[in-house]
Amino acid sequence: MKQTNLAESAEPVIEIRDLCVTYRGRGRGQSDRLAVNNLKLTVQRGEVFGFLGPNGAGKTTTMNVLLGFVNSSSGEAFMFGANVREPIARQRIGYLPELTYYYKFLTAEELLRFYARIFGIPRPEAERRIDAVLKLVELETVRKRPIKTYSKGMQQRVGLAQALINDPDLLVLDEPTSGLDPIGRMKVREIIQRLKNEGKTVFFSSHELGEVETVCDRVAILHQGQLKVEGRVADLARQHQCNLEQLFLKVIGYN
Amino acid sequence: MKNILAVSGIVIKELYRRKDFYVLFILTVLLCLVMASVNIFNDKNIIRYLKEICLLLVWIASLVIAITTTARQIPAERENRTLFPLLAKPLTRSQLLLGKFLGCWLACGLALLCFYLFFGLLASSREHYWPLVNYFQAAALHWVMLGVVIALTLFGSLVFTAPSSNATICFVVVGGILLLGRHLNKVALPLPEPRRSLLYSLYYAIPHFELFDVRDLIIHNWPPIAWRVCGLASLYALAYTAVFLIAACMIFRRRALN
Repeated sequence: MKQTNLAESAEPVIEIRDLCVTYRGRGRGQSDRLAVNNLKLTVQRGEVFGFLGPNGAGKTTTMNVLLGFVNSSSGEAFMFGANVREPIARQRIGYLPELTYYYKFLTAEELLRFYARIFGIPRPEAERRIDAVLKLVELETVRKRPIKTYSKGMQQRVGLAQALINDPDLLVLDEPTSGLDPIGRMKVREIIQRLKNEGKTVFFSSHELGEVETVCDRVAILHQGQLKVEGRVADLARQHQCNLEQLFLKVIGYN
Repeated sequence: MKNILAVSGIVIKELYRRKDFYVLFILTVLLCLVMASVNIFNDKNIIRYLKEICLLLVWIASLVIAITTTARQIPAERENRTLFPLLAKPLTRSQLLLGKFLGCWLACGLALLCFYLFFGLLASSREHYWPLVNYFQAAALHWVMLGVVIALTLFGSLVFTAPSSNATICFVVVGGILLLGRHLNKVALPLPEPRRSLLYSLYYAIPHFELFDVRDLIIHNWPPIAWRVCGLASLYALAYTAVFLIAACMIFRRRALN
């Protein structure tokens, strides 16, 4: 039993093996573009993992593969041991996209109830979770208003609520603090820290290196589709004798 | 199945929270009421003309609702980026597509119910006679036909990028089949080969929507259609619906979403 538990805890939450993604060129004269090039990555249970890189590095493409939006050209990716092409791989994850748009004709409550139904959460449990996540993201007072009346910050919070509705074991966040004011960013950091304390795994991409340095256990830096650096934040800082921002600039050749 | 039903519920909610249906319904009601108030030459049979025009308006309105609602489903999800948080859930693309189809079809069914109910009340107020079986058969066959139209439009929404192009093409195709489809075999007869074979192939390949147009049943108070025939027509519609939906699922599964 103990060996089985050890085996379960040793299995990575995210495992990416030799992932390649090529976008075909459209139109005449446009060659194929290699967006992700032989990426190997693992994320262990309970980690907060920062996925960094300049624009066009392949971060969103990698996330799109993990979420099943895009098929890989070669290589494979797994979440909780299940191939990402299977819908079951997404049963235990929550996803917050960078641009948060939801059905504007629905209220926050209705949207969460819809997503809870897709996760197969029984109605009484779903209502309890809806109350809890709306309280967490401070949208209780506006839960019955249509989402089209919400500000950008409120829509971002709805996004966070829908990502947490199924009490996910893995949270995938694509630039979670993008467009948020300092209070909003602080709240997102608090939520990430809280999830970490609960033993959840968080995998997120961000350009806010200061935040990444604060909350992340490990980071990976991608550049032109290739993994350049990976490791614990403290170890990398010690090894390269610089902070994360300086390391980032060095890795991408901007120094 | 629960995922399909969940998605269909959202589609139905969208229909009754958008104004399109209400505008079409009110327009149709107003036009019919204005016509019903007219009594030309004191002709007692004027009711037949009223029924004919009203049913034509119902058919036009139902096709507008079906095609415009369906044409924007997948493109709007992509454009508004609501597709991504949705497909990040344990929901397959086929389930999403079937949910959209079921939602649009049920929504159109509800709209048809309102239209036929209104029409029935209007006609019975003049005729003092309401052949329920006829109304039921006409509405049921109309609804089943809309299923094929919705499946065709959903397929089109994955082939044509813009909802407006898809809607226009679907209107032209459906209108063309309704008006001309039944005559293709007669047009083909005098033609030389290979045009004759091509036209015959087209004649047998297209879904014959005119088979479901049984407005005359209500207009002229004919006896009801045999239930066996209704059943066969429904199976015919189900077959075409399945073909379009399977084709749509196959395209959608291969489509990159980024």
